[in-house]
Amino acid sequence: MKRRSRELRKLKDLLVKLCSMGAALTGIVFLFWILSEVAIRGGSALNWALVTETPPPPGGTGGGVAPAILGTVYMMALGALLGVPPGLLTGVYLSEFARGNRFGAIVRFMINMMMGVPSIIMGLFVYAVLVLTLGHFSGYAGGVALALLILPIVARTTEDMLALVPNTLRESALALGAARWRVTIGVVFRSAQSGLLTGVLLAVARVSGETAPLLFTSLNSPYWPQSLNQPTANLTTTIFNFAMSPYHSWQATAWGASLLITAAVLLVTILTRLMLQGSKR
Amino acid sequence: MSDTPIPISTTLRSPAAAETAPRSASEAAPASKISVRDLSFFYGEHQALYHNDVEIAPSTVTAIIGPSGCGKSTHIRAYNRIFELYGKDRATGAVLLDGENVLGPDVDVIELRRKVGMIFQKPTVFPQSVFENVAYGLRIHFRLSRAEMAERVEKALRAAALWDEVRDKLSQPGAALSGGQQQRLCMARALAVEPEVLLMDEPTSAIDPVATAKIEDTVQDLKASYTIVIVTHNMQQAARISDYTAFFYGGRVVEFGPTRQIFTKPNQRQTEDYITGRFG
Repeated sequence: MKRRSRELRKLKDLLVKLCSMGAALTGIVFLFWILSEVAIRGGSALNWALVTETPPPPGGTGGGVAPAILGTVYMMALGALLGVPPGLLTGVYLSEFARGNRFGAIVRFMINMMMGVPSIIMGLFVYAVLVLTLGHFSGYAGGVALALLILPIVARTTEDMLALVPNTLRESALALGAARWRVTIGVVFRSAQSGLLTGVLLAVARVSGETAPLLFTSLNSPYWPQSLNQPTANLTTTIFNFAMSPYHSWQATAWGASLLITAAVLLVTILTRLMLQGSKR
Repeated sequence: MSDTPIPISTTLRSPAAAETAPRSASEAAPASKISVRDLSFFYGEHQALYHNDVEIAPSTVTAIIGPSGCGKSTHIRAYNRIFELYGKDRATGAVLLDGENVLGPDVDVIELRRKVGMIFQKPTVFPQSVFENVAYGLRIHFRLSRAEMAERVEKALRAAALWDEVRDKLSQPGAALSGGQQQRLCMARALAVEPEVLLMDEPTSAIDPVATAKIEDTVQDLKASYTIVIVTHNMQQAARISDYTAFFYGGRVVEFGPTRQIFTKPNQRQTEDYITGRFG
């Protein structure tokens, strides 16, 4: 019997290690490239006016994206308000009441499908259902489109987080005579608290960068949002419009807005990370 | 078990008393706290228990021993119907608690579980304070004033021999206690609702010997007021703390009788083989 070469085995080992490390590095390189580009170009456009003033007229200088910041915040709040509660409840249903049952499997499949639906389709759907029936673009429609994107993400993370709660904990509460709802709210939810909050924040952060669902729903506006019942300014559509414009000042403003939204998402992500670590101790 | 045979008869707790009273199921039936009659259990299609018959007398400690996977835990999990958390599992036969079949359709499961408490293998402290852990069951079953609540929490912690160690830590998270303390906290939590039966599913398998000794002592103290059924992997433990022992194998009750008899002159060859460490 011939023994396999030890050197060859070691070489293969090294090769696989190098390849996977290289792939990982490529991803990180692009992330830092993107971040540095946004930081440099956006940084130069950063000033007080950017976050306090309305957009400049075409070709004009100065001004900012303050109405868009406000509009995005409003619509994200509406989207979270409409999307998070049903998402949480769906996750509870899937994890606590539909383990191994057929309808649960169907719901789980549907939620996965919903997560895979391109966001522009969500936008088109809301356009057809809300914008066309109401006859005009509105912040409400934008909020609904964002809610439809938030719901499945929250449902999934909720199910995953609740599934991490050991069954013995449920059993101990049940063994004391607790009813199912009491176990879910008092023990399971409490155990998964930080995970649930993380899921919600990450869903909101992820969806806050969406442009496509807002293009046909809230549209955009250069004015302060007076009511969500009219076209509403928002950061992502503003970036889209300004970046595509021929005016240098608008392009610079788009970079500034990009930096703002990237920083906000990054901040939320880091905060949730820290929160998770804090609760693990 | 280990290779060196341990003279188990020397660790037996009750000497001659139990020996002189060989019990048959029919003889003991009227005095039983729990009578298990022809209990079979199914995990979906898979049958895990076959026609179990066990009679458990009030104010005694009954140990259930047997190799892994023999159905020990499954057996006691039928007593409080905790298996119902998982939809497809079912039990047939009867488990009579004071003559009433707990597996019956009209049983109030919440009241059943108040009467039949359970301690699990690993401590299952809720993510709350020490006080709130013990109060959890009380809040479910009783409407108590603040003072009454504090009083009953203290009483339960004393019964679990934990009060002196946690009296200054009542508002701290339960998870901050040591493993052994956590398990006694779980005992206090179960005792707080004043159950009649206490089921213990390998309660000391995840904690250290010193903490184990404390829990065993507590079990002895509790025996006067509760009927205790303890599943254990540890045969010395069964010999030390129980009055009766049931030996399970392959989902069947191979032998059931006074602990002393089971450990010194078992009737079944299988029991003897298991106890002497020839298998299991």
